[in-house]
Amino acid sequence: MMQEAAFVYSEKQLAYKFSEDHPFNHLRLALTYDLLRHLGALDDKSVIEPRTASDEEIALVHDSSYIEAVKAGGRGTLSRGIANNYGLDTEDTPVFKDMHEAAALLVGGTLTAVDLVMEGKAGHALNLGGGLHHGFRGKASGFCIYNDSAIAIEYMKKHYGARVLYVDTDAHHGDGVQFTFYDDPDVCTLSVHETGRYLFPGTGDVYEKGSGEGYGLAVNVPIDAFTEDASFLENYEKALEETAAFFKPDVIVTQNGADAHYYDPLTHLSITMEAYREIPRAAHRVAHKYCGGKWIGVGGGGYDIWRVVPRAWAMIWLEMTNQTDLLQMPLPGAWINMWESGSPVPLPHTWSDPKNMYPYIPRRAEITEKNSKILDKALYHIRNEQNNKPS
Amino acid sequence: MLVEEIMNTESLYLHPGDSIEKALAYIDQHKIRHIPVVDEHHILSGIVSDRDIRDALPSIFHTRSQEEHLKKPVSRIMSFPVITANPLDVVEETAVVLYKNNISALPVTGVHDKLLGILTESAVLHTLVELTGAHQPSSRIEVKAFDQPGELAALTSIFHRMQINLISVLVYPGKDKTSKYLAFRVQTMDPREVINELKEAGYEVSWPRIPGMNE
Ligand SMILES: [Zn+2]
Ligand SMILES: [Zn+2]
Repeated sequence: MMQEAAFVYSEKQLAYKFSEDHPFNHLRLALTYDLLRHLGALDDKSVIEPRTASDEEIALVHDSSYIEAVKAGGRGTLSRGIANNYGLDTEDTPVFKDMHEAAALLVGGTLTAVDLVMEGKAGHALNLGGGLHHGFRGKASGFCIYNDSAIAIEYMKKHYGARVLYVDTDAHHGDGVQFTFYDDPDVCTLSVHETGRYLFPGTGDVYEKGSGEGYGLAVNVPIDAFTEDASFLENYEKALEETAAFFKPDVIVTQNGADAHYYDPLTHLSITMEAYREIPRAAHRVAHKYCGGKWIGVGGGGYDIWRVVPRAWAMIWLEMTNQTDLLQMPLPGAWINMWESGSPVPLPHTWSDPKNMYPYIPRRAEITEKNSKILDKALYHIRNEQNNKPS
Repeated sequence: MLVEEIMNTESLYLHPGDSIEKALAYIDQHKIRHIPVVDEHHILSGIVSDRDIRDALPSIFHTRSQEEHLKKPVSRIMSFPVITANPLDVVEETAVVLYKNNISALPVTGVHDKLLGILTESAVLHTLVELTGAHQPSSRIEVKAFDQPGELAALTSIFHRMQINLISVLVYPGKDKTSKYLAFRVQTMDPREVINELKEAGYEVSWPRIPGMNE
């Protein structure tokens, strides 16, 4: 029988760990899992063990010489000079023991989610261990070794002949996924992110639209630093709805980086939990409207792992399983008690953020105006094509 | 980077006696805006642009005279002398030449003005973007520094100490005479520490931050 949604998770996913003080910390997976369990929102039969991706599957996107370098890095036999050519052994992506196995398990988790949905075993599936959107064909970048989303999309094209819409709401531009499919007519990428004026990786300009047969199928909505919920959501919801209506995907993959939140230490947006409640809601609606419900969610960035990520990611699962009424309740006391002592900041007690979390933003009107102009530019091509269609 | 590395060596050309009609057909078919004109020894004798042709065409109300006009040789409308580039010129210099003369392509010539290729505005722009490093995943940090010897060395030593790979450095003039701005593209997603180090060394760093926000 088909289950409503599957939660792909194993403690083994926490092995993707660069070092003790690296900002990318998959302890957030355990924090999220535990929050959902304490909430009574995640039963045993919904939790599915991730498989490991084979070398051939990883090679759907990555160069085999790069895969070999990652393996050597994990065995401690890769020289720094060679490692650096592959973006490895850097400040952002240091080498660590068995890094290939750890990264291949995250990829396998996203493939597990894909198979569940595409074989009709689950309506939706969530692998929060994935979402490593900066990985390139032959190069690690921005904390990402293998690009699980890009591999999963290529895998869905190959095995299921699917047209895939990839939607990325991480604060950073989803460069690795976008450029993997830049000229592909069967994959559409939509990324809403903080402008690359200062922020990594610097790409994701509104004029990046794809090339060749894929022209028009890369949609970028770069928004200004300090953007707040209302403007963020307006841009995201319109871009998502219009892109899906235009592209008519068979399946939607959402990357749910939770680093656009005001508390996130690496970025400069002013998003609150309110937006993290709405992001999966709109994705869910679009999945049912255009894809017969086929929706695969992955994680992504998120560097306030205590206050932001567990709540934001739990909300995706609650949305997938229609349990959002639980958001009326306070966060489970047992969860707070369990993790409070390890947290450098006091844990939140409610699903929403305090009203005065950040000071008034003086340029609010200007930022909103600028963002809505960007949205018009981002959707210009799609609106044009829609208007020119023979009726 | 040198002009010879980015010039188009397979560019089309015309001879002075070719018709304007032929020039027009080349421009339409190949979606180009400039065609060099060479003599029988491949020596550059002029250049025709889509604008030259348009400006020279009689009004469309005189269709008969238009046909006659199209039969005329390109030598009647081509520009001469031509501003050219040498294969060994540096790309940044040619950008200045294009900009100052408000033109969008430069024929590249060698000994005795022999045509070797053509350098387009878009090829130059592409190279300039690569020089800024904006095409490589990186964060951008702007630092205000005094306009004095040794500042760049002092700054880069901070990046070196932090083991952060620099992708590019651009220098902008400051608002006042004594300062300038250096825009670094650094290969890291987490520039917090290096920003702190720069501030501790007394530099003013631009990084989006409203006072009191994000910590
Ligand atoms: Zn991110
Ligand atoms: Zn559903």
